[in-house]
Amino acid sequence: MNLVRSLGTVTIGFVEELGRLAAFSAHMARCVITPPIRLRPFIEEVFKLGVLSLIIICVCGVAVGAVLGLQGYNTLVTFGATQSLGAVVGLSLVRELGPVLTALLATGRAGSATAAEIGTMVATEQLDGLRMMSVDPVHFVITPKALAMIVVMPLLSALFIVSGLFGGYLVGVHLMGVDPGSYMNSLQSAVDFSDDILGSLLKALVFGVLVGLIATYRGYKSEPTSAGVSAATTSTVVIASVSILIFDYFITALWGV
Amino acid sequence: MSSQPHIEPSTGDVAHIEFQHVRMSFGTRRVFDDLSCAFPRGKITVILGGSGSGKSTALRLIGGLVRPQAGLITVDGEDITRLSEREMYHVRPKLGMMFQDGALLNSMTIFENLAFPLREHTQSSEAEIADEVHDRLQSVGLSDIDDLLPGQLSGGMTKRVALARALMMKPIILLCDEPLSGLDPISLRRIESLLLDINRRLQMTMVVISHHIRSTMRMAERVLILLPDGAVSGTPQDLQRSEDPRVASFLDLDASIELTVAPVEAEPARSGRGDSK
Repeated sequence: MNLVRSLGTVTIGFVEELGRLAAFSAHMARCVITPPIRLRPFIEEVFKLGVLSLIIICVCGVAVGAVLGLQGYNTLVTFGATQSLGAVVGLSLVRELGPVLTALLATGRAGSATAAEIGTMVATEQLDGLRMMSVDPVHFVITPKALAMIVVMPLLSALFIVSGLFGGYLVGVHLMGVDPGSYMNSLQSAVDFSDDILGSLLKALVFGVLVGLIATYRGYKSEPTSAGVSAATTSTVVIASVSILIFDYFITALWGV
Repeated sequence: MSSQPHIEPSTGDVAHIEFQHVRMSFGTRRVFDDLSCAFPRGKITVILGGSGSGKSTALRLIGGLVRPQAGLITVDGEDITRLSEREMYHVRPKLGMMFQDGALLNSMTIFENLAFPLREHTQSSEAEIADEVHDRLQSVGLSDIDDLLPGQLSGGMTKRVALARALMMKPIILLCDEPLSGLDPISLRRIESLLLDINRRLQMTMVVISHHIRSTMRMAERVLILLPDGAVSGTPQDLQRSEDPRVASFLDLDASIELTVAPVEAEPARSGRGDSK
């Protein structure tokens, strides 16, 4: 009986939390269309979340592409199909690894930083200070951060994919000796713009919404203590990472992307 | 500055802020069971009480930052307990709040922090805003700190900047959460005299949380003591003469603690821009 009660309590808590998240999302959606438009904070956030993530995205993209090129070559060589290396690297990166790994990297770097920054503002009463000045903190602080995350995620994902293709090309062509024309030709013929590229960008967009929403929500609802900030940061990384992987499955299964 | 919203205080009531049978708890922790008290118009009321007695909660209730589970709170004649957050944005221009640690926006310079409410709520030109900001900084004894970030200020300066920001929109009620805490005696007297000066010049209703009995007795026209089993209020003289053992023991205990505690923060050497870090 106790087990049933505990399960019920957990379920109710989960549903309540989902309800609060939905209300928070609706509040943020209202803020997007309510003037004034916060262009300057938005651009600053795009810089912080996007531009400052460029190096890590490029380095990781090249590394993942290089590993894919190496693994792909070792597998394909046994079938005598090394000319398809470009297709293997390209499809893996575009359809799956690009958006997913970018989202996971962005969660670790930018999502956690966003949650920590908002949590610190809660702990130091900066958000209450805004409310006392009749300024909605969700409008002024939260929405630009979440919107920036949504905008930069597809761009970072695209950059990750391009870096990965370059890494795969370096290893496949220059290290393993695959013909460059074959690599580029198989890549070009295998990757379809509307199915693969647009689908990939759509996936990245959904992940951007997820990370932006979770990071800002966890920071905004954090306890106003240093332990609260720490807990918000950790839970952002954990919840966002798990959500990305679960949503990835459903997007792939339902939309075939 | 003609475009700045002008708050006209309602007249008639002696009590500018009133609590009626307020019940407030956080989870299972009950802060107020049935609190009724009033904060008179144009006067300085100091709230005293031990840790966890609900001093800051009382201030946050007045500002509408938290809502009571039961009871009524009126601010300038308006019941704020039923107002939504959006509706509170129309009440809050009447209120200025000085937070304990300043609550200045860390990513903005001091000038931007002070200009922020004017930029948000008025159509003033940048020149008018700059004049207003510098006037307000001068009124709290600060100058030449426009480009500093909040993290570069000393504790005393942060409090004064927070006070200046709280006054930017010309509120009629000023809420101060421990404005004297963590200050050395010189900074403490400076903030104290600033608050007194503002109250006398502007006839502003002030609610101040303090732990300093002596400064409370110098500054307050009314004192509200939050005790575990209720609240007691009166003039400082009334309370000093009170035969209520709870009040007597609280004032005695707090005074003795105050005399034994060393100043928390030493005032740094002056460097031409007030008290810099």
